[in-house]
Amino acid sequence: MDLEEAEEFKERCSQCAAVSWGLTDEGKYYCTSCHNVTERSQEVINTDLIPNTQIKALNRGLKKKNNSEKGWDWYVCEGFQNILCQQAEALKNLGIGPELKNDVLHNFWKRYLQKSKQAYCKNPVYTTGRKPTVLEDNLSHSDWASEPELLSDVSCPPFLESGAESQSDIHTRKPFPISKASQSETSVCSGSLDGVEYSQRKEKGVVKMTVPQTLAFCYLSLLWQREAITLSDLLRFVEEDHIPYINAFQHFPEQMKLYGRDRGIFGIESWPDYEDIYKKTIEVGTFLDLPRFPDITEDCYLHPNILCMKYLMEVNLPDEMHNLTCHVVKMTGMGEVDFLTFDPIAKMAKTVKYDVQAVAIIVVVLKLLFLLDDNLEWSLSNLAEKHNEKNKKDKPWFDFRKWYQIMKKAFDEKKQKWEEARAKYLWKSEKPLYYSFVDKPVAYKKREMVVNLQKQFSTLVDSTATAGKKSPSSFQFNWTEEDTDRTCFHGHSLQGVLKEKGQSLLTKNSLYWLSTQKFCRCYCTHVTTYEESNYSLSYQFILNLFSFLLRIKTSLLHEEVSLVEKKLFEKKYSVTKKKSRSKKARRH
Amino acid sequence: MSDFSEELKGPVTDDEVETSVLTGAGMHFPWLQTYIETVAIGGKRKKDFAQTTSACLSFIQEALLKHQWQQAAEYMYSYFQTLEDSDSYKRQAAPEIIWKLGSEILFYHPKSNMETFNTFADRMKNIGVMNYLKISLQHALYLLHHGMLKDAKRNLSEAETWRHGENTSSRGILINLIQAYKGLLQYYTWSKKKMELSRLDKDDYAYNAVAQDVFNHSWKTSANISALIKIPGVWDPFVKSYVEMLEFYGDRDGAQEVLTNYAYDEKFPSNPNAHIYLYNFLKRQKAPRSKMISVLKILYQIVPSHKLMLEFHTLLRKSEKEEHRKLGLEVLFGVLDFAGCTKNITAWKYLAKYLKKTLMGNHLAWVQDEWNSRKNWWPSFHFSYFWAKSDWKEDTALACEKAFVAGLLLGKGCRYFRYILKQDHQILGKKIKRMKRSVKKYSIVNPRLSY
Repeated sequence: MDLEEAEEFKERCSQCAAVSWGLTDEGKYYCTSCHNVTERSQEVINTDLIPNTQIKALNRGLKKKNNSEKGWDWYVCEGFQNILCQQAEALKNLGIGPELKNDVLHNFWKRYLQKSKQAYCKNPVYTTGRKPTVLEDNLSHSDWASEPELLSDVSCPPFLESGAESQSDIHTRKPFPISKASQSETSVCSGSLDGVEYSQRKEKGVVKMTVPQTLAFCYLSLLWQREAITLSDLLRFVEEDHIPYINAFQHFPEQMKLYGRDRGIFGIESWPDYEDIYKKTIEVGTFLDLPRFPDITEDCYLHPNILCMKYLMEVNLPDEMHNLTCHVVKMTGMGEVDFLTFDPIAKMAKTVKYDVQAVAIIVVVLKLLFLLDDNLEWSLSNLAEKHNEKNKKDKPWFDFRKWYQIMKKAFDEKKQKWEEARAKYLWKSEKPLYYSFVDKPVAYKKREMVVNLQKQFSTLVDSTATAGKKSPSSFQFNWTEEDTDRTCFHGHSLQGVLKEKGQSLLTKNSLYWLSTQKFCRCYCTHVTTYEESNYSLSYQFILNLFSFLLRIKTSLLHEEVSLVEKKLFEKKYSVTKKKSRSKKARRH
Repeated sequence: MSDFSEELKGPVTDDEVETSVLTGAGMHFPWLQTYIETVAIGGKRKKDFAQTTSACLSFIQEALLKHQWQQAAEYMYSYFQTLEDSDSYKRQAAPEIIWKLGSEILFYHPKSNMETFNTFADRMKNIGVMNYLKISLQHALYLLHHGMLKDAKRNLSEAETWRHGENTSSRGILINLIQAYKGLLQYYTWSKKKMELSRLDKDDYAYNAVAQDVFNHSWKTSANISALIKIPGVWDPFVKSYVEMLEFYGDRDGAQEVLTNYAYDEKFPSNPNAHIYLYNFLKRQKAPRSKMISVLKILYQIVPSHKLMLEFHTLLRKSEKEEHRKLGLEVLFGVLDFAGCTKNITAWKYLAKYLKKTLMGNHLAWVQDEWNSRKNWWPSFHFSYFWAKSDWKEDTALACEKAFVAGLLLGKGCRYFRYILKQDHQILGKKIKRMKRSVKKYSIVNPRLSY
């Protein structure tokens, strides 16, 4: 046994993780600290010394394998391109038109590469001074102009569509100047060519691509197409695994190896956060210098009138409330095209949180009708209950208490299920990410162990309990007239809470309280803070319910409610009265 | 160290916050760790991975509490991914948590069986060198629980000869424990053989073979156990079986040394059983009374209500030393202070007799010493009207003894005493009369002041 001969073998021992190898008489490596013998044999350098042909054969086999282990040469931006491609494909499967992928997202991405000087320009940013030939090359094959017009009408073979396959073609025929071998020997390494450099790159004014950023791209494209998907829907689909995001890298072509710094770039251990993606969307939109987006008009899904209808249905509130929400939208001017349309070039680029805003409008209407002070809503419910008992044949009055009881139960069940599903979420990919080749066997062994343990425990689990993924839906709650257990309130009337006055209807409740008294005057972006215990229980419940639907923080919704109120009671705000009266007559 | 603990020596990526500085120092403050983590990531929120896995852990714990083994197994399925946690501290802690929860689930789950448990244990053993011994030992205990002695023994032997990773002090103790358990198993077979031997006639042709077997077994076992019981700790079953074997082979001095060491070494935690074993041994050896008294004196300080206290009392009663005789009274009062001993007729009988004897011997001061601290609560604790009625109903002899004591301590006017006197009993009639006389003569209470 010779210790010195074994020095070239640098992998960690799978038993004790030490790197201290000796050679057995058969030429196999064994760990000197735990005596674990590996399957690997010494690579024979001097074949004269050991006249064993079998070892030579093994040796040759190993060397070939090493080459394939290193995989292709690829760039970080190609990784993101692959993820975007997967996401666009998934959106298409959700029923979004193919134009989104082929025209919009594709063009946004091209524009990004150009703006960040990674491609489609004369001097790409790479430190090596070499252009990312992959993309350039691909371009020259197509008949696109070198300066791509945004949303040009050129109907060209969609280059994103071919996805993985086309990339594999490119890779095999591309000779690359950077040698991988020299990189993997240094302590900092990556599977991609520019992973190390990319993770260190910091350039002013350039939006650096990250995995969450891919969702910003998706949302921008959806917005451009005025598709019927809100940001909260998109993020929920991500969480429900309908859109690739976490571990999207595991669907990269086999030969695109990820390790080292790539782990920090592509490995994601959190679900996307609404505010974060919202901010990134604006950032990307401004960075790409996009023109004004197509108008959001009254017939668009994202228009508050339509979204309000949708959310009223979702939370089982009477259809009649829609008239009131429309009225609020009209009075606040939140239905205006200029207000709703995203214009990145405008002085203050901002887009509307369509879903949050629609929900906030509903909250405001609920406050107008029921005050939500833990008092009035209950006495109004008593009236409704009595009325409904007496007049069983008429259209029933909306009973807030009954609605609360049903919604509370449904909401608690839903939330419990959601929490359980989250706790069961499997984060780790089939392809483990490791830091370097030295750690690779350990990472793979660990993965194998987890898989084995899971296999063992899966026999203990009731097979009926693990039903497959639920199909994507923009509705999370379902209310139908047929369901006898859960009353559907869509058809209930608001007569109990409105009174006629001449030609118009007035809310019986003439009081109102503002969610926020004073707005922050400093330059910070937050409008107000939400301290739960300061508010009535009904208000808390309604905020919790809606913020759960949108998967956002309650404080964000509270903030939006305050903003809607600010617009609705502009005059009152300048006086800052504690309780302002809303004497606005509402047409019915 | 574990094979995963070293693996993070590679480059640190952007999103990776290494905290090995803290964990490596041998000290670990969880609160400090989380605090530093949040500082290091610039106040960003915890990763969802960390949130969901900790939620998963609490779901498992909840399911285990409610005995919902199926649900627990479902969550466990997801919890395995903590073995791949990018936080090295959590990753290192994962195997132990998984072993504990997983073995609990497999122990109770209706679909689980020996085979699944064994595969699970073998897998977990090899997940890192840190836990091999601990898991082997617990695995062996599981097998023992299911009566698979041979498998348990093989398991322990495997663990004993296992040599991987560094040698640490905690590991030394584990090895000792494993060897001792092996020894205990050997003791079990030995003990069975011994039983067999005792049933055989000396002239039986099988006698010699079995006897040989019994002798061959012993030396291995003693070597296995002796190392462990030198380490401070509570090793009752080991000590007991070890001593039994030493005694069997006539090594009395050795046995006494072991027991004395186990009872008196200050490094060992206070353990009443140690003194009980020593006392029983001395009793078997017919040791001098003073020696036994000194052993029981310590037991008296630890467990004054132990049933051996009555034996202690008889020893003290027979002693020539006045100091011992006073202690004898103290011990009896001490025993009856405990609610569990209130119906112990022997204790009451001893107390009645000894009180009379003490008072006859003009040691009123001794009695008063004991009584002063008890006169506030003993009357209602022992001598209430209720107790008189129920004691008489259940056990007249006990009631008589108690009545006598009550009379002596509280005077003839005391309710308990009066109630028993009133009872008309044919057999006990004479005894009660005698009692009445004694009370009149010896009661410590001035009759005019009694109630």
